[in-house]
Amino acid sequence: MKKMMLGNEAVARGFYEAGCKVVSSYPGTPSTEITEYAAKYDEVYCEWAPNEKVGLEVAFGASLGGARAAACMKHVGLNVAADPLFTMSYTGVNGGLVVCVADDPGMHSSQNEQDSRHYAAAAKLPMLEPSDSREAKEFAKVAFELSEKFDTPVIFRTCTRIAHSQCAVELEAPIEVALKPYEKQPQKYIMAPANAIRRHPVVEARTAALTEYAEDCPLNRVEYAERGALGIITSGTCYQYVKEVFGDSVSVLKLGLVNPLPKKLILDFAAKVDRLVVVEELDPFIENHCRCLGLNPDGKNIFPICGEFSQALIAKTLLAPSADFIPADPVPVRPPVMCAGCPHRGLFYVLSKKKVTVIGDIGCYTLGSAAPLTAIDSVLCMGASVSGVHGFNKASGGASENKTVAVIGDSTFMHSGMTGLANIAYNGTNSTVIIVDNSITGMTGHQQNPTTGYNIKGDPATKIDLEALCHALGINRVRVVDPYDLAATEAAITEELAADEPSVIISRRPCALLKYVKAKPAFTVDSEKCKSCKMCMKIGCPAISMKDGKAKIDATLCVGCGVCQQMCKFDSILGGEE
Amino acid sequence: MTKNIMIVGVGGQGSLLASKLLGNLLADEGYEVKVSEVHGMSQRGGSVVTYVRYGDKVYSPIIDKGEADFIISFEKIEAARYAEFLKKGGKIIVNTQEIEPMPVITGAAEYPSDALDKLAAAGIEVDALDALTPASEAGSPKAVNIVLMGRLSKYMDISEEKWLGAIRKSVNPKFVEMNERAFALGRK
Repeated sequence: MKKMMLGNEAVARGFYEAGCKVVSSYPGTPSTEITEYAAKYDEVYCEWAPNEKVGLEVAFGASLGGARAAACMKHVGLNVAADPLFTMSYTGVNGGLVVCVADDPGMHSSQNEQDSRHYAAAAKLPMLEPSDSREAKEFAKVAFELSEKFDTPVIFRTCTRIAHSQCAVELEAPIEVALKPYEKQPQKYIMAPANAIRRHPVVEARTAALTEYAEDCPLNRVEYAERGALGIITSGTCYQYVKEVFGDSVSVLKLGLVNPLPKKLILDFAAKVDRLVVVEELDPFIENHCRCLGLNPDGKNIFPICGEFSQALIAKTLLAPSADFIPADPVPVRPPVMCAGCPHRGLFYVLSKKKVTVIGDIGCYTLGSAAPLTAIDSVLCMGASVSGVHGFNKASGGASENKTVAVIGDSTFMHSGMTGLANIAYNGTNSTVIIVDNSITGMTGHQQNPTTGYNIKGDPATKIDLEALCHALGINRVRVVDPYDLAATEAAITEELAADEPSVIISRRPCALLKYVKAKPAFTVDSEKCKSCKMCMKIGCPAISMKDGKAKIDATLCVGCGVCQQMCKFDSILGGEE
Repeated sequence: MTKNIMIVGVGGQGSLLASKLLGNLLADEGYEVKVSEVHGMSQRGGSVVTYVRYGDKVYSPIIDKGEADFIISFEKIEAARYAEFLKKGGKIIVNTQEIEPMPVITGAAEYPSDALDKLAAAGIEVDALDALTPASEAGSPKAVNIVLMGRLSKYMDISEEKWLGAIRKSVNPKFVEMNERAFALGRK
């Protein structure tokens, strides 16, 4: 039976068919749905971990315990999980262990465009890269086999166009995989120097064995054209673009195992073609390997390092036709915006109004940086707001403490904000940290986290008490405010900025898109009373616009949050009566 | 010969469901189908694009400039934003609903209400309809996506019964009848 599947769904299906028993992940676009789909199989235990490092360590523990296990994350999540990654290369595995990482060329939903293949090279781990959903499922199964055969974690790399594209996938029955017995092996699993020194040569020998495997494994294949003038080495989604342009008219070396790379296979291929071209998104990873082999292919001299590829880009670069389309006038950009009724809006309006410096973080609330709120000064990575505000305040010798805050979400705080807060308490700045608690992991599409009280299946789970947690991390001043109440929010910020000790404000209101949050009746504008002052426009609500000089509220978008009503000095916005 | 359909709109309008429905329908027709979506940040009220490609043999999941046979636009100026992706001789089906993007709301830009006239003047075949009214008539403004699928169905050689079957498979069972009405109004 065949089914149309997203790449992420296909990876989850591959896990299931391979008898994977434990998946522990942190959500991150474009990887999130792998774990969500895997959680639909009762045979696979799945969980949302607080961060990627925890997720990978859980998967390692499950592998040690004898089960096939996986952890899934986006590319920047692998930075967080890099510590266990590098050393589990030395320990190897018991049950098969797969680390799934999704890159985001083009940065559709990411803060950078890093190329995860470098991690495979640096950690000396095999990396598989499928080119569509069908291969995603097949390769996921192969990944577990290779992991056990070569005693190594296997990195499974996808990208946005694999993760979020669908094609038909053949469904097969899952295999039964018995739990491997756990044996105490201190020299293999305790990575103290004396043992690790002995494990490093094992890793090098494994890489040599994997390189040998790469020379004639079914993951790497050559498709020779009858007349082989042009030969292209490629992998992943770029393979599909190459085939779209050339069909069977050029020779293609398609690499499914992108680390370690084969030597003889590439040299033989190069010898049979007149012109060698490497087609790969992001960095010249395969190209540099070719250069080490003494080859001189075309690659980044003709293709960009930045951004995504497409069939048109490849056609333009290698065939030089001009695309035939009718040029159209540009229209105003449509950036993503905070939703109508978003609880973050009121908070960012107040911060913007008070001209507070905001060290921001990763999540829906990053949108507080956009016009008209423009309330955020910096966004770096998960957790950097809390650590960053401390550094910012240390730099000024404390002078900035009364006009600078960190803003971080509930899930992001659990991910990597807690340690920064402990640092504020321990190393002493009077910093103010605002936790925007919308009771869900919002940007990635509503995943549960340790503060929500539910697990990945939606079943009740232990709910971490944020107030108690902040107290335990050494913060005495912890207060909760409703961001729909602008006056109370402003008072809280004013007071906590003035306080001569560190403080946490929990800005608490569930995400307006949550199913259990019922929208209130839409507000309306009394156009007689509206003085066209546009104060209500300052909050950047997508439901409010100016029509014929008067404010107008779109009833299909408005959820009755009432923030705009508090902006109006002329009582022209009606609604909110119980 | 591979056919390319682009579905564009504003995050939250239901374009993912439309592309899923279309992908399943075409796969059931025996075509090889690839569908590509973008999730994440742009879904928050931003401009969203999904690609549906089908034929005997399909490799790439994405569509580039000058390649689309159809562009189904859920909003007026989104049609203009992606018009360059249309193949010469292709067709744009567009919901005339205007949703102001943030630069227009803040006054930094003006909404180009004449965008469709300009497309037509450039020689592009534009089938413009107000999909919001029939969707509301059918029972929900959220059925704009199915109204537009109804309109698309007029140009494709697939029986109405098969379209309705695909709708039944793709939407929440509670809303099947409403969506069937929306489809019929779009196909009229």
